[in-house]
Amino acid sequence: MTDGRAQTLLLKNLHRSDSATLEAYLQGGGYRALARALKEMTPEQVVEEVKASGLRGRGGAGFPTGMKWGFMPKGPGPKYLVLNADESEPGTFKDRLLLERDPHLVLEGFLIGCYAVGCHHGFIYIRGEFVRPYRILLQAVQEARARGYVGKNLLGSGYDLEITVYRGAGAYICGEETALLESLEGKLGHPRLKPPFPAQVGLYGKPTSVNNVETVANVPMIVEMGANWYGNIGRPKNTGPKLFCLSGHVRRPGVYEFPLGIPLRELIYQHAGGMLRDDRPLKAVVPGGSSVPVLRADQIDVLMDFDSLAAAGTLLGSAGVIVMDDSVCMVDALLNLARFYAHESCGQCTPCREGTGWYVQILERLERGAGRKSDLDLLLDLSDRIQGNTICPLGDAVAMPVRSYVTQFREEFEEHVATRRCPRAAAAAPGRA
Amino acid sequence: MIPGKETESRIEAALLEYPQPQSALLAVLHLLQAERGYIADEDIEYAARRVDVPVAHVAGVVSFYTMFRRKPPGRHHLQMCRTLSCQLRGCREILAHLRTRLGIAEGEVTPDGRFSLVTVECLGSCDTAPMMRVNDDYHEGLTIERLDALLDSMK
Ligand SMILES: Cc1cc2nc3c(=O)[nH]c(=O)nc-3n(C[C@H](O)[C@H](O)[C@H](O)COP(=O)(O)O)c2cc1C
Ligand code: SF4
Repeated sequence: MTDGRAQTLLLKNLHRSDSATLEAYLQGGGYRALARALKEMTPEQVVEEVKASGLRGRGGAGFPTGMKWGFMPKGPGPKYLVLNADESEPGTFKDRLLLERDPHLVLEGFLIGCYAVGCHHGFIYIRGEFVRPYRILLQAVQEARARGYVGKNLLGSGYDLEITVYRGAGAYICGEETALLESLEGKLGHPRLKPPFPAQVGLYGKPTSVNNVETVANVPMIVEMGANWYGNIGRPKNTGPKLFCLSGHVRRPGVYEFPLGIPLRELIYQHAGGMLRDDRPLKAVVPGGSSVPVLRADQIDVLMDFDSLAAAGTLLGSAGVIVMDDSVCMVDALLNLARFYAHESCGQCTPCREGTGWYVQILERLERGAGRKSDLDLLLDLSDRIQGNTICPLGDAVAMPVRSYVTQFREEFEEHVATRRCPRAAAAAPGRA
Repeated sequence: MIPGKETESRIEAALLEYPQPQSALLAVLHLLQAERGYIADEDIEYAARRVDVPVAHVAGVVSFYTMFRRKPPGRHHLQMCRTLSCQLRGCREILAHLRTRLGIAEGEVTPDGRFSLVTVECLGSCDTAPMMRVNDDYHEGLTIERLDALLDSMK
């Protein structure tokens, strides 16, 4: 899955066929960082080290991890660290790779995180469809417990830590951190209003931090090698190694590891093997999972990090890079995503619930050739009404792509209206709805 | 019938894992569904009793999460991913072939009870598109030929 030229810090164990076992992980120096944290560092020191490393969350928003941990109140009383292994963003499949192939790396990072925030019962929320990773993770927890990395008096340090692995049951919205906490409490995955933020009122009403799988996988190397070493990887304010997921019309889809800031063009043409079909040039790229604004082919000279992509009008998000060649109808692609969000809206907010349904109807109409000239503005108007007006960011996660597809590929939407048909439908394969 | 001894003891264990019994609800439902193949009315009532919440709450949870089914699936429950990366790599052709070969539409079960077919949203396997989940397993990099071979191998 990885490329020979790629850097391997997060994926360093993956060349081994037994990479998921505790033995293999220990042979690669595993659990040294946990021992070091427990024996040589106070929880505050761990938080400070992570802060100094510049690590930003890999779940989508890019919030600094050390700072997030720093928001957790000190002192006794229950508090929780929750690992977000819900991975449901279209185009994203990096966490599954880590969970299946290096569960101990994820677990070690998570255990260190629990120690850092003073949590004695950590929860791992894994999406229900991931049955194989779930079993692998359960096995890893069991192995770790047998070696004293989980349970009472961790490695003789006096620190107790229990871990529960929790299976979701199929709902994209449960990746949103407050919906995840509701789900973990045995409820519908309905996002909560913020504030209060989870660091004050989280799981069971107690202070809680939620972290992504890839985020915690960075923590052992930070503890072991130090914040300075880590901070030299990547770019200023965008430090560390990163997993990029390549899918769609590239020759070698897969998970690629590079420092933050690798050029998008290089990622596509050099590492992922370029376009799938020689006669089909690049048309569009979604750089960060389906919920971020789309780029046109002439906009791919951009660096893949949080700040560079934001400056380019899009987002790094979950780093799910979806590549589309010129056979793709952008109305059709957007319709696919609109159906996804309409299906996954939890239904609490009217703009999101109704708006996603309208998007689908309008886009279906355009695809059928029954679209009106006013439909383009209607799509943009709907986006304005949804964005910023909902309880959780799922509303924005659909409003932003819709706006970007319509503005970036406006001629194509107009062509649908003018010619009363989809210009690419004839070329499209059977089964197109 | 509900639930068998084995399921019952696993439910007991699940309840012990959380500070509040209600947190075990999804685990209980997963276990009940694994035993029967779907969630029946009596499973909803049973789950409500075990985690001490109203029956209506459990019914709501069952309908909110897409993995819980209220009807028996086929022996092989085919869950074809329909989201963008799979669409770009041809999931529509695969789905069209499935419909023709099985003679059923999405949401239906073959008359012999062997197969049921649904479409699902992104399963986090976009690099191996097109893909589908069959019961608990992922089948990736599908072509019509590989799909036919797979279906032939399923009793
Ligand atoms: C609709 C929605 C879906 C999300 N899905 C995920 C997800 O699958 N995995 C994830 O780690 N974060 C997801 N997030 C982001 C989480 O809310 C949260 O920001 C993240 O888990 C924090 O971890 P980090 O700071 O380590 O990035 C989602 C957010 C939204 C709004
Ligand atoms: S924005 Fe959508 S998904 Fe989020 S809380 Fe509102 S209705 Fe639910």
